[in-house]
Amino acid sequence: MKASISLLRGSLGAALVAFALAVPSVSAADKVDPAADAKAFQKFFFKKFPDVKHDDFVNGPYSMNEDMKRQWQEKEEFPPYEFSLDAGKEMFATPFKNGKTYADCFPNGGIGIRQNYPYFDTKEGKVVTLELALNRCREANGEAPYSYVKDEMASLTAYMAFTSRGKPMDIKIPDDPRALEAFENGKRYFYTRRGQLNFSCASCHVQSPGERIRAEILAPALGILNAMPIYRSEWSGMGTISRRFITCNSQTRAVPLEPQADEYRDVEYFLSYVANGLPISGPGARP
Amino acid sequence: MSAAMQRSLVLAMLLLSSLAPPARAANEADYKAAYAAAEVASKEASGMRNQWTTTVSTLAAAKKAGDGGDFDGAVAAAKEAEALAKASIVQATSEKEAWKAMEIR
Repeated sequence: MKASISLLRGSLGAALVAFALAVPSVSAADKVDPAADAKAFQKFFFKKFPDVKHDDFVNGPYSMNEDMKRQWQEKEEFPPYEFSLDAGKEMFATPFKNGKTYADCFPNGGIGIRQNYPYFDTKEGKVVTLELALNRCREANGEAPYSYVKDEMASLTAYMAFTSRGKPMDIKIPDDPRALEAFENGKRYFYTRRGQLNFSCASCHVQSPGERIRAEILAPALGILNAMPIYRSEWSGMGTISRRFITCNSQTRAVPLEPQADEYRDVEYFLSYVANGLPISGPGARP
Repeated sequence: MSAAMQRSLVLAMLLLSSLAPPARAANEADYKAAYAAAEVASKEASGMRNQWTTTVSTLAAAKKAGDGGDFDGAVAAAKEAEALAKASIVQATSEKEAWKAMEIR
């Protein structure tokens, strides 16, 4: 009897040791810590480009190249996004068929709030972007949603960004495991290689900002969404954040996801959060 | 080279040529089998949310060639599409962990 008990104890001990060895320990590196991630992200860019003023990162390629910056400053005298901005202002003020306006859907009447988007909706358990909130506002008021990649959405977000210019990005991550998961998913999406060219978002916007890819100068990932939406000369028109993500995917030969897919919402959450503190500069203009 | 060696070489060449499969044009059944295999791999890649644009376009090219009766071209395109889809599956699988190597910490 004693022998069998000691055998059992021995087996149990061995099993516990084996279990302890088999289960990977949760190290500090595995813990989701958005604040630490944002700090490391910003530090990386500030160190890589010590001569760029911190607030200037939101100006994308212009912060990386003095010649381009001078051309852009000239262009800002008559900015190419002006038509879109005017259209957006008018659309924003025009009542829906039921008499309500966009202002009824947003805090502070929708003015000066761009820096708070996207946010994590604890009721829905998902990230809500400004583009999504605008279409939800339309649908709640009996209007058909706009395309996420076309001019109307770009005009509306251009106006809302313009009223928020200079305000520091201020994305909150509530104490909710789903919000942390969304942030982590966004981070994973940002660093994951995809498409036949085997590129991640980071391949261009972390490893190579300031470098040329064909005729373009790559923008740094830090503050890259603060200037959205943008007028792109390459597109001869305005582009929303949705359009930018979709085009980036296509350029790496990956089939893009549907606009406002969870992955896109999460990567917008991640990129916006790590740019906290940097000013809104949208709408922007890019080559 | 001795006469015996020459004879062995000739025999070996004859044997090899008899083993080589006769070249024949692909038929509709070959195309359908190749296309079905490519489609399975393509659907798997799509399910992993990691479809490549080139898989889609090459699969479409295979269908176009097959519909036009060019079964050699259709089989070649279908096989290429299958290879592309499989490569995208390998990419999605390895990136489940590999993305961490690129992370700013």
